[in-house]
Amino acid sequence: MSRLKLFIPLMVFVVLAVFLLNGLERDPNAMPSALIDRPVPVFSLPVLGDEARQVDQLILQGQPTLLNVWATWCIACRVEHAYLNKLSGQGVRIIGLNYKDDLVEAKKWLAEKGDPYELSVIDANGRLGLDLGVFGAPETYVVDRSGTIRYKHVGVIDDRVWQQKVLPEWQKVQ
Amino acid sequence: MLNRLFANVSLLLVLLVSAPGWGSEDVKIFSTEDHRQRFQVLVAELRCPKCQNQNLADSNSPIAADLRDEIYTMLEEGKSDQEIVDFLVARYGEFVLYKPPVKRATLVLWLTPGLLVLIGLAIIFLVRRRQSAPVLSAALGGDEQAKLQALLHDTGSPNNNDDDNGDNR
Repeated sequence: MSRLKLFIPLMVFVVLAVFLLNGLERDPNAMPSALIDRPVPVFSLPVLGDEARQVDQLILQGQPTLLNVWATWCIACRVEHAYLNKLSGQGVRIIGLNYKDDLVEAKKWLAEKGDPYELSVIDANGRLGLDLGVFGAPETYVVDRSGTIRYKHVGVIDDRVWQQKVLPEWQKVQ
Repeated sequence: MLNRLFANVSLLLVLLVSAPGWGSEDVKIFSTEDHRQRFQVLVAELRCPKCQNQNLADSNSPIAADLRDEIYTMLEEGKSDQEIVDFLVARYGEFVLYKPPVKRATLVLWLTPGLLVLIGLAIIFLVRRRQSAPVLSAALGGDEQAKLQALLHDTGSPNNNDDDNGDNR
């Protein structure tokens, strides 16, 4: 019995090590969205490039859509832009949310890098971003036919993220 | 003359460089003292979603500034503390609460510290009891006790023992 007691520190260490090791593999920025399985918040915002036109949350209904939060000041958005172009080329419907951005810069960006978005809504003061719980671009939401948010990815979408994380969710809403 | 010019130019430069700072300063004017105090409490207890180890009061990130503005606006609109907290939880999840509500998922969080204190107290109690317990165990038989006493006496007092122990005298 007292021999077993000698192993207590080792056991404590092993338990701690397992927890810490587990923690190492988790993304500290991963935060479950509070809006999963909730409808896209109500909004009415102008469209980038056609500012006289206002769209609302109904634009996200009817067919499965990716809602991608982007801005020209966001470095990581630059990284994922080419991949969004590719997805759009494959027929994935993407609606952009141009988040607290300079409109001239934003239009220039789409003209130069290509426009993967069916349209981008202008969220100049970040109100819709706030309602969506956006805390940093890029963020991408998988929205189903009924306009309900099913999944949220924070960070760059590249081939690995798409294949492993987003695609399974995207297939679910088809 | 030249010195004076230099001083003036430097002063101008300093003013130019520091000017942008005035605009970005986060000045809020509250209609009542009560609003100001509640604001302070709320931004201290709510966590910045972006920089996760800071509260809204300490964080410089744009999202924290937005949320501070939002809380300010809601306070001035006459919303209650609970309404403001609910508003943020609905968007960012319970994650933003530094003081999470007591419920099933957070029970471990709330109970562990108390449990650890209890365990600590139990250990202290056990150790103390062991220390104050008599050194001699009652498990020793009668003549074993006597033998032990003899041994203890022998080795424990070699100095005032004058007989043939052959010690260092």
